[in-house]
Amino acid sequence: MSHEPMGFFTDTTVCIGCKACEVACKEWNQLPAAHGGRGVLSGDSYDNTRRLDGIHWRHVKFIEQFSEDRTDGRWLMMSDVCKHCVRAACLEVCPTGAIIRTEFDTVVIQADVCNGCRLCIAACPFGVIDINPASGTAQKCTLCYDRLQAGMVPACAQACPTQSIQFGPIRELKQKAEARVRQLHVLGESRARLYGADEEMLGGLNSFYLIADEPEVYGLPRDPRLPTRNLFRSALFSTVGAAVIALLGLVSLRKRRMDARA
Amino acid sequence: MPVPDTFYTASPHWTWYIILYFFVGGIAGGCFLLSALLHFFGRPEDRRVVRAGFYVAGLGAMVSGLLLTVDLPRPERFWHMMIQSHTGYPMFKSWSPMSVGVWGLLLFGLFAFLAAVGALVEDVGPIWKPLTWAPVRVLTRARVQDLIAVIGSFFGLFLAGYTGVLLSVTNRPLWAESPFLGLLFLASAASTAAATLILVAIRRRLADGDAIERLARFDRGALALELLALLLFLASLGPTFKVLLGWWGVLLAVVVSGGIVAPLLLERAGRSNLPRAATLVLVGGLLLRAVVILSSNTISAIGSGVTVR
Repeated sequence: MSHEPMGFFTDTTVCIGCKACEVACKEWNQLPAAHGGRGVLSGDSYDNTRRLDGIHWRHVKFIEQFSEDRTDGRWLMMSDVCKHCVRAACLEVCPTGAIIRTEFDTVVIQADVCNGCRLCIAACPFGVIDINPASGTAQKCTLCYDRLQAGMVPACAQACPTQSIQFGPIRELKQKAEARVRQLHVLGESRARLYGADEEMLGGLNSFYLIADEPEVYGLPRDPRLPTRNLFRSALFSTVGAAVIALLGLVSLRKRRMDARA
Repeated sequence: MPVPDTFYTASPHWTWYIILYFFVGGIAGGCFLLSALLHFFGRPEDRRVVRAGFYVAGLGAMVSGLLLTVDLPRPERFWHMMIQSHTGYPMFKSWSPMSVGVWGLLLFGLFAFLAAVGALVEDVGPIWKPLTWAPVRVLTRARVQDLIAVIGSFFGLFLAGYTGVLLSVTNRPLWAESPFLGLLFLASAASTAAATLILVAIRRRLADGDAIERLARFDRGALALELLALLLFLASLGPTFKVLLGWWGVLLAVVVSGGIVAPLLLERAGRSNLPRAATLVLVGGLLLRAVVILSSNTISAIGSGVTVR
C-alpha cells in the first residue's frame, strides 16, 4: 500500500540543543550507549555525541561560532538525521539490496539483509550511515518505520519540546517551512533559508531543514550528488587503460606462436 | 577556499583487508593476462611461466574472496551479494561497481581455477589420480585452454581495474574527485603482476633470460603508464590535493621514487638488478593502495565543533 510521502521538517532556529530527540531515538530503537556507557567528553565542544553513526541516528549538532577575539559569538543547533533522499546514494549502490524505499517514501536499511560491506557509508553525501557494532550491519534513522506502520509519530518528533522537528506529509511540511522562512525574513533574519526542500537536491530531501547560515556552516554539502555520476568516466578511462595494457602485453611478450600448438 | 562537499561524508573504514585485496586481486588478474598472452604468443620454453602465472591467478582469486569475506562484520552473509536473501533471486546491479565486481571476481575465480587445474595436469601428469579423470583432462586440450585464456583475461583485466572505479563511485574525498583511479590501479596491477612473475620465474628457475627480459619490458611499460595515471590522478583532484601535502604526500613520493622510478632505473642498469627492482615494484604497489585508501579515511568534517568567523 502506497502512502503520501512522509518526512521531517527540522527548523534549526528553534532548536535549543536539549537532545531529547537523541534520547528518544536511542530508547525507541534500543540503540546501545557509546563507550560502554562511560561518560567520555569530546573536549573541544559542549556536544559529546559528536556525529551521526550506527548507534546515533539523531544527533544535535552544536556549531559554536565565535569571532577571532571571542567578544562576539553564537551557537547554532541542528538536530541532524538521515535525509531520506528521494534519489538516495546509499540505496543506489547497496550491493545486497538491503536498502529499500518504503511505502512512506523513506529509506530503510534491512538489518537482516545487510552484511556490513560499508559501501553505503562511503556513498552517503551527508555522512549519515555507519556500522552498529551490536548488529555488525550498517544502520541509520529508519524514520521510525515501525511506528509509522502503526500510525504513530517518529520518536524524535514526538519528544521535541520546541517543535524544531516536525513530522508529516512532505507537501504540508513544505508549506509550513516556506511560511516560516517568510516570517524570519520579516523579522530580519535574512540568512534563513531552506535546505533540501526543492527537487534540485537529489530529487528532494524527505528530511529537509531550515538553516540560518550557509550549508557549510552546518557541515552540510552545498551540492550533494549521486556517486554514479562518476561511473561512466571512470569506467571509460579504465577500459581504455585495459586496452593499452593488453596491447602493451602483446607487443612486449610476443615471440612466435608456440610450436606445440601449430 | 570552501571545504569540498566530499569532506561532509563518513569513512567506510576500509583498511588492510581491502588494501590487501586490491593488491592481491590486481596481481591475480594481471598474472592471468600475462600467462594468457604467453600462452598464445610465447615460445614452448615459456610454458612453465605460463603455468606459474595461472597458479598465482588461481591462488590470488581464492585469497581475494577470503579477504573480502573476513572484512565483512557479518561474514556469514557474504552470499547476500550474489543472491537476494529474501527472494532467492540473483542479486545484480549493473550500476554498482561492488555488485558487478562480486560477479567479476566470482567468474574470474572460476576461469583462474580451471586454468590452474589445467596447468597442474600439465605439470604433475597422471601422478595424482583425480587429475586423470576425463573432465579434468579436457582442461589440457588446446581449444579449451584457448577459450579459458581468452575469457579469463577479460575478467582478469576487469578485476585489476574495477576496484579503482568502485572507489570513485562514492562521495569520499580523493576517490570521488578523480576519474583516473581505475586506470591507476589497473596500471599498478599490471606492473605488480609482471614483478610477481619475474620473481617467481627467477626464484624457481622457470624461464630463460629471454622470457624474463620480455616480462621486464612489459613491466617497464606498465610502470610508465602507472606514472602517467598517477600524475593524471593528482592533477584532477582540485582543492583536495592539499590533503596530500602532508605525510601522505611524503608516502606518495616514496611510492613514486621507490616503487616506480627506482625500478625503472634499476632494470635499465642490468639484469642482475631485476629481483630487487621487482621487489620494489611490489612494495610500491601495496603502498600506493594503502596511501589512496588510508589518506581518504582520515578526512571528515561532519561533527560538531567550534568555528572562527
